[in-house]
Amino acid sequence: MQQTLTPARVMRALAPLAWIGPAVALIGVVVVWPVVVMIQSSFLRISRFGVVQGANGADNYTKLFAEPDFGGVMARSLVWVVAVVTITVLISLGLAQLFDQRFPGRRLARWALIAPWAASVLMTAIIFKWMLDPEVGLINMVLRDLGLLDALGGAGADPLGNAATAMPWLIFVAVFVSVPFTTYALLAGLSAIPADVYEAAKIDGASRFRTYWSVTLPLLRPALVVATLINVMNVFNSFPIIWAMTHGQPGYSTATSTIFMYILKGSDIGESAAMSVVNFGMVIVLTVIFLKVSKWKTEVS
Amino acid sequence: MTLTQSAPAARPKAVRPPAPARRLPSARTALVAGSAYLIAFVFLFPYLVMILTALRPQEELREATYLPQTFAWSNFANFWTGGLAQNLGVTLQVAAGSTLLVLLVALPAAYYTARHEFRGRTAFMVLVLITQMFQPTAMLVGIYREFYQFGLVDSVWSLILVNSGFNLAFAVWILHAYFSSIPRELEEAAFIDGNGRFGALFRVTLPLAMPGVVTALIFTFIAAWNEFVVALTLTTTPANQPLTVALNSFIGQYQVDWQNLFAGSVIATIPVIILFALIERKVVGGLTAGSIK
Repeated sequence: MQQTLTPARVMRALAPLAWIGPAVALIGVVVVWPVVVMIQSSFLRISRFGVVQGANGADNYTKLFAEPDFGGVMARSLVWVVAVVTITVLISLGLAQLFDQRFPGRRLARWALIAPWAASVLMTAIIFKWMLDPEVGLINMVLRDLGLLDALGGAGADPLGNAATAMPWLIFVAVFVSVPFTTYALLAGLSAIPADVYEAAKIDGASRFRTYWSVTLPLLRPALVVATLINVMNVFNSFPIIWAMTHGQPGYSTATSTIFMYILKGSDIGESAAMSVVNFGMVIVLTVIFLKVSKWKTEVS
Repeated sequence: MTLTQSAPAARPKAVRPPAPARRLPSARTALVAGSAYLIAFVFLFPYLVMILTALRPQEELREATYLPQTFAWSNFANFWTGGLAQNLGVTLQVAAGSTLLVLLVALPAAYYTARHEFRGRTAFMVLVLITQMFQPTAMLVGIYREFYQFGLVDSVWSLILVNSGFNLAFAVWILHAYFSSIPRELEEAAFIDGNGRFGALFRVTLPLAMPGVVTALIFTFIAAWNEFVVALTLTTTPANQPLTVALNSFIGQYQVDWQNLFAGSVIATIPVIILFALIERKVVGGLTAGSIK
């Protein structure tokens, strides 16, 4: 049906803009437009200093895929995300169960768990780098005093300088900073489970393990799914831990796709943009999964 | 989950059974408590090391001893007189500026979407939900080139804008949940009592939504305070860099004044841990908004 455009009607249709307009504008400038610029840049030839030298077709992508380290970087990103998220979720399931029990001082103990979540990830990474210092690192000192390390200062005391030992330490730090949020999300999920389902399980004579497996875990599933997805996004985009502790070295042996993208930015912005687009494609896939799981439809309407 | 459930304010206080009479804890409780304390200690440990290192005198830094032999409280005084105080100033500007901008932008949007049905409302909420999934790291090149074109590289304004944009989603969601949980009738009543529309909003609704406002405020402040990657990309002059970037650039230097670095980390870290403890309960709900059913 054709409606006449009276000024009053136009005003009413525009009223929401006054309230949500600033938010839309901010998202547009800061979140949406960079994506457009990034995709554009991936098809341009850009000098190291940011001067656009013309169109480049798909050359940036061809160059990126031909990088000898590209395959290794992508494989490592996958291992990084899967390892960090899996270990984080498993540890957090245990910790949530523990911190859900009643015991004196629970509030304080839970607060202590917050520290790595609240603190800057960069700061935490710097502290771990310091504790792994080959000469005066606390962790190396403990290993020496336990007889696991011959002497300080040698190559054996420099786990971050060695590709085989650096990656496990990076994963450890990433798990360390991811566990608090995950545990808290699971604790929230646990507290939403009504007590009477446990009563029912008890009356049925279910063992403790059986109760956890058949009652707790299924009811915890929504919290578990969300916590896992948020972790996947965070870990996938993680940058400060690796950057502060190894810079992706030795060689590119500890570089994930975000680190590789940042290193490329120093030499070829177009190629770096191509890497970002590849990265971003994966983020989109993850977001779609998240939206599917989060059931925003029932929520918003 | 319905929106109201993600707002703790709307939830009735958990009914706790009456406290049992005081008696010695059972062996099981002791075991649970013991393990919990141990784990709590593990998670605090790196920050204890940070504090102890910040208190080491410079000449003891390269000594492999577990504890400092003497405590050098002067390291903290040196932090203020050294160049890092300027970087702390940048961090404060970015964090305060982003918090202010986020509140200015998120409050009206959250209020309006909670109170009114309109065309495009769903689209808007989905846009917000999607931005919550995006992180600046994924689009760093785009952000850099955009602000390069704006001529805002190396400016505190670009950092304020980016931090606001990426933290807006959390603020909108948590405020939306709070506003939705406040009965419309309360506001109507205040309106009928002779307050104007805005009077009712400011005297009744906003005070009731205060816990949500405080949560959004602290969360944004901490996120902007801790931000590293965007600042690393967008700032080039040392004096214009926030504390995170300045401390990171310490590491690459040949002669590192580690004690100053760690005094700086203590100042950058301890306040946010304490602030965060205040809002911890509400943050989980905001981050997982729209997802836990």
